[in-house]
Amino acid sequence: MGPLNSEKPASRSWISALLCALVLQACAASFAYAAAEDGYNVLRWGGDSEGGFPFMFPNPKNHDELIGFEVDIVDELARHLGKKTVYVNNAWDNLIPGLTRGLYDMAINGLEVTPEHEEAVNFSIPYYKTFLQLAVRKENNDISDLESCRGKIVGTLKESYAQMVLEELGDVEIRTYIVEANTYEDLQNGRIDAALFDSPIAIYSAGFNPEIKFVGPPIGEITYAIAVTKENGALLRDINEALVQLRDSGKLREIYDRWNLWSPLMAAEFNDYSPRAVEMTRYNEWAEAHRPEITLSARLKRYAGFLPDFARAAVITMEVSITAMLIAILLGLALAITRVFAPKWAALSAAAFVEFMRGTPVLIQLFFIFYGLPNVGIKLSPFWAGAVGLGLNYAAYEAEIYRAGLFAIPSTQWEAALALGMTRLQAMREVILPQAMRVVIPPITNDFISLLKDSSLVSIITMVDLTKAYGQLAATYYDYFGPGIMVAFIYLLIGLPFVKFSRYAERRLAEQDKGGKRGHDNNFYRMSARWR
Amino acid sequence: MVNLPEESLIVIKNLCKSFDDDADILNGISINIKKGDLVSIIGPSGCGKSTLLRCLNCLELIDSGYLRVGNVELRRDRPDKRPDDVMLDAAHKIRGEVGMVFQGYNNLFPHKTVLQNVMLAPVVVKKMNAEEARETAMKQLKKVGLAEYSNKYPSTLSGGESQRAAIARALAMNPKVMLYDEPTSALDPVLVGEVLQVMKDLDSEGMTQIIVTHEMQFARDASDYIVFLDKGEIVECDDGDALFANPRSPRTREFLRHFTGMAVAC
Repeated sequence: MGPLNSEKPASRSWISALLCALVLQACAASFAYAAAEDGYNVLRWGGDSEGGFPFMFPNPKNHDELIGFEVDIVDELARHLGKKTVYVNNAWDNLIPGLTRGLYDMAINGLEVTPEHEEAVNFSIPYYKTFLQLAVRKENNDISDLESCRGKIVGTLKESYAQMVLEELGDVEIRTYIVEANTYEDLQNGRIDAALFDSPIAIYSAGFNPEIKFVGPPIGEITYAIAVTKENGALLRDINEALVQLRDSGKLREIYDRWNLWSPLMAAEFNDYSPRAVEMTRYNEWAEAHRPEITLSARLKRYAGFLPDFARAAVITMEVSITAMLIAILLGLALAITRVFAPKWAALSAAAFVEFMRGTPVLIQLFFIFYGLPNVGIKLSPFWAGAVGLGLNYAAYEAEIYRAGLFAIPSTQWEAALALGMTRLQAMREVILPQAMRVVIPPITNDFISLLKDSSLVSIITMVDLTKAYGQLAATYYDYFGPGIMVAFIYLLIGLPFVKFSRYAERRLAEQDKGGKRGHDNNFYRMSARWR
Repeated sequence: MVNLPEESLIVIKNLCKSFDDDADILNGISINIKKGDLVSIIGPSGCGKSTLLRCLNCLELIDSGYLRVGNVELRRDRPDKRPDDVMLDAAHKIRGEVGMVFQGYNNLFPHKTVLQNVMLAPVVVKKMNAEEARETAMKQLKKVGLAEYSNKYPSTLSGGESQRAAIARALAMNPKVMLYDEPTSALDPVLVGEVLQVMKDLDSEGMTQIIVTHEMQFARDASDYIVFLDKGEIVECDDGDALFANPRSPRTREFLRHFTGMAVAC
């Protein structure tokens, strides 16, 4: 009954989607999809652009383009199904929750078929099978297979099959990473003794690196498949049919050859022992771009190429931060006034809100708003989920600042205003708030800069902000140094106008209070008196 | 409509006010004040004279009794019951009829210039347009001798100038009566005179004024009569010379002796 059935005309999808939304909470997720424009001939697929090579990653030559063997598979799949593809970016950890939330119709990004995953979603037939590959430094002769890893430090991807294998082996010091590039960097630097990864990752991380060698036989077996929601049986059937045909027509084999991902395991799986038919062009491009030791000018040119990406991400960061700050300032003001002036029950509720928002991690609040609230029918876009989440959190802090500001104004000011015949509201607006505002500008600026940095958390709810852009580019180029400096400077630049504004406001305040004479400035504290 | 017996501008009957901590208590104050009077209230610290003034302005709502300013009445006989809207409304109206100048000199709004301080209430409360409010404000500032200070911020003024600006600010609302709560107590002695002079000028213009003060000489010379308050009661009420030269109550005598004695000691 799911409205995701692509064969249905749009109007019927609408109706059934509406029915679903009314009847079944669980179907609420489908609603947005069905309502989306061109709903029924679009294939919305989710992946993580930071998910890594060679699965999917930004093209080093053009960061707007997502490439990878999985991207090629999705393209072939969509062509076969006669649909247009729409890519939805999401953090790898959240691909499955995002799927059940209805952000996209299918998820593909090295998703392994595990019992836990199968409880939440349905999987297609495998499109790729691979194994774990052990890698060590080229001079290391202690480690030759999995057994010999005992007593050593081995790095791998967090919550992956490889981690499980290592845990079962026991007596191994496991270091888990979120970004695979970091693991091989640490391997080369000697921070770890070996790296255990899915073979494709190993090939693309270190296959071209003369400092690292692959050792040992294939370990285990990993099966990658496409995830679809439990409700969407029709799409699953379509995908499976398409995968079979792409396999039999040799289209999949071509993709794997181009990406240098064909292996004896795959030959057995596809029952195809023929020699390679196409060159591994994609792999060669990659290896070419990632050979270590590029010249300084090439590096600087590459950094210049990052600027448009960072500029776009900076706009996102600013949009989220400014919207969140506006929410925080207005809601914070309402909270503070409620706490100070409203009847007791309202004041207590406001206090409870403040304590709750301050007392719980903003990360959890964001997760809850984005992935949790759809369960009760509240579905916010990533932008609004981020802005509202950060806004609510910071409103609690702003409320406390305002409250302190209100109490900083002497009661004689209240009395003077009331004695002139003003109502409480007029006294508040004309006399108390303007003065309180001046007191709170410095701490609010401080909070805004803090918010600017906290906005990096929105990357966990699928937005590509500055921090996410940094992660993507750094992982693509294996370079955390230059882009790190760049992104730090951009954060500073964004924060600068607010610092300037705060200084200006403080100076004006001092001029009024001290009658044009500067107050205690730095020179006051530097005056030449003895310390002791 | 209220009829006005004896043409009193202010009528206080059996006014009672106490606080939780029993610091200031008023025990049934009754007094009538005629239009144009200048009344000084004197008494020892804690006698309730500031509280009386704040009750007159409804900054403190009375516990019980009757209060009339102009033709606005406020009556309360159940101190245990929360004040109702009628009472709060009357209190607000009375505040509109009464101008008040406080003790200390930091009661001006520090974020506004002197002129803006004086203009604010007419614009906000009376919805006067800015041009008219500016004219009124400048007139009042001229009256207190601060016309050329109009664009200064309060932090640049001396204590005496601040108090004069505060008087101008209150006058701009065209009040029926002006209240002063120890207006000169925080001032440098040399600045006291300029503030008192403003009050004398206002008196000659026919303004009704009530002053809580420790300036005995001023009270004696300028007041139409003096009220001596002690332990929340009006002990004596007489014109200045009579009260100072020939106090009837032993409590008044005691207070005056103490006060002049201290003055001599200084």
